[in-house]
Amino acid sequence: MSRVFPVLLGAALLVAVAFLALPVIAIFLRVPPGDLLAQLGEERSREALLISLKTSLIAHAVILLVGTPAAYLLANRSFRGRRLVVSLLELPLVLPPAVAGLGLFAAFGRSGLLGGELSALGLELPFTQAAVVLAICFVASPFYLRSALTAFESIDPSLPAAARTLGAGPVRVFARVALPLALGGLGAGSTLAFARGLGEFGATIMFAGSLPGRTQTAPLAIYAAFDDDFDVALALGALLVVVSAALLLAVKLVPSWTRSSSASTTLFAPSASR
Amino acid sequence: MDTLELSVDHPLRSFRLSLELQLGRETLALVGPSGAGKSSVLRAIAGLLRLERGKIALGAATWFDSVAGVDLPPERRSVGLVFQEYALFPHLDVRRNVAFGGRERVDELLERFQIAHLAGARPGELSGGERQRVALARALARDPAVLLLDEPLSALDAHTRGVVRGELAELLAELRLPTLLVTHDFEDAAALAERVGVIVDGSILQLGGAAELLAAPADGFVASFTGANLLHGTARPGADGLTEVLLDAGGSAFSTDRAEGRVGLAVYPWEVGLARTEPVDSAVNHLRGEVSSLVMLGNRVRVRVGPLTAEVTAASAERLALAEGEPVVASFKATATRLVPIG
Repeated sequence: MSRVFPVLLGAALLVAVAFLALPVIAIFLRVPPGDLLAQLGEERSREALLISLKTSLIAHAVILLVGTPAAYLLANRSFRGRRLVVSLLELPLVLPPAVAGLGLFAAFGRSGLLGGELSALGLELPFTQAAVVLAICFVASPFYLRSALTAFESIDPSLPAAARTLGAGPVRVFARVALPLALGGLGAGSTLAFARGLGEFGATIMFAGSLPGRTQTAPLAIYAAFDDDFDVALALGALLVVVSAALLLAVKLVPSWTRSSSASTTLFAPSASR
Repeated sequence: MDTLELSVDHPLRSFRLSLELQLGRETLALVGPSGAGKSSVLRAIAGLLRLERGKIALGAATWFDSVAGVDLPPERRSVGLVFQEYALFPHLDVRRNVAFGGRERVDELLERFQIAHLAGARPGELSGGERQRVALARALARDPAVLLLDEPLSALDAHTRGVVRGELAELLAELRLPTLLVTHDFEDAAALAERVGVIVDGSILQLGGAAELLAAPADGFVASFTGANLLHGTARPGADGLTEVLLDAGGSAFSTDRAEGRVGLAVYPWEVGLARTEPVDSAVNHLRGEVSSLVMLGNRVRVRVGPLTAEVTAASAERLALAEGEPVVASFKATATRLVPIG
């Protein structure tokens, strides 16, 4: 038995690596690289990529602008129900994307919870680019919030305290001490959230639809092209693989960029429903 | 120069922090075991701990007053706080660390603390002694009216400690700021402060000059904390107007102090002499025993004999050929023997 065991372990690892790598490799082997580039130049590919880029960047800006101060406050306060609040913020991580889309519809749809208020303001969200942004924010922000919370929590509390006694007000403490010290964790979380947002599919297709030129992002375009033009699907897929791999590499490199914070840059398991 | 006035009443984990202090241009040390509430006093003055009840004022300026509802944030109190582990900003170099408190005096302070050559280094690259100097320079960059030092020497190794203690004493004498320092080491307190307060479980047991505390410890805790041998026993009037103490450990000893009933008998190690045979001298207290341990401290040797610790010069220890297991006679004078209440 003791001789078989190492072999079993090795076999398990081999199966795991082969199974996870094969689909990714297959995308690149099906079509020669020159053709891949040509397909990306096509109108519908270009449109989808631009929409993906635009909505992801807007959503990411919103996530950073709202998420950073929110996580900072949460990291520095203890109150009753704090764990509940943290759990609520993390819930979208484990929520099936279809449920996320459903929830967004129920909240912001025409007949949804805030539907009346929104139409009174002349806003109609479903099947617009704003809906795409909303869907991305919903599924991607928990990745950033969680990482940012850990990063702010792991700052030695005597450092902001020292800054206060040296004459720094709360704003200066945040900008000059907390933010730079949390930068590693913030960077890792930001990258993961961006990657998750770029690949967002389920919530988007339900809440924003898949209208070419309006709400069809790259993942939705892959799905649409899957039936009629497999080469276009492969080209877009290959591009997303490259971008995702680059983002992953960036996260792995973050700890060596900043020497300040330590435990904050751990990768955590992405949503199971990806 | 303004006086720092402090009155504190605040619940901590298992006791109340309750004390009053007035601090002029002097260094006052609060000494006590860890967990006695020393650091909480510093944090309260700096504004990092909100007191349940109390008042903190520097001259006419009230920083905190629970009755009047005054509570200035830390950045509006003129305080320089040196943290126990120094709390230097790891992402800033030495110059930027110091400049964080105030830009005007950076060059002068880097010179004064002999850290100008380290201006571009990050705290992670510095030795313990260098970090301490950077922390002091940073705290002074703001030109504080009050200086607070939290265990300023405890993060240093024994070798650096002595040197830094000397430098710190010089600095404090030069600054003449109201300085409150907390430490668990009585020797550090005695070397750095004009007045020493022994604090236990949130209250000050005794406050006075270090010499005063040594000469007349208020109770057994203060005596043993300041380094005295403390033997428990029962006192009764003895011959020649002396007080005889029947020691719990067996035997008896005499003191010129008057007392009756349960007492602590305190005698400092440097008041205890050693001999091979019972000497014919003025000391009335003689205790026979075997040497159980010898510890060299530079030019001194700490010798443990039965329940007593004696300190003799290294030369004397050599002359007497002291070694573990050797029989000796420890003697101390009744006039050097203090009788203190025990809790």
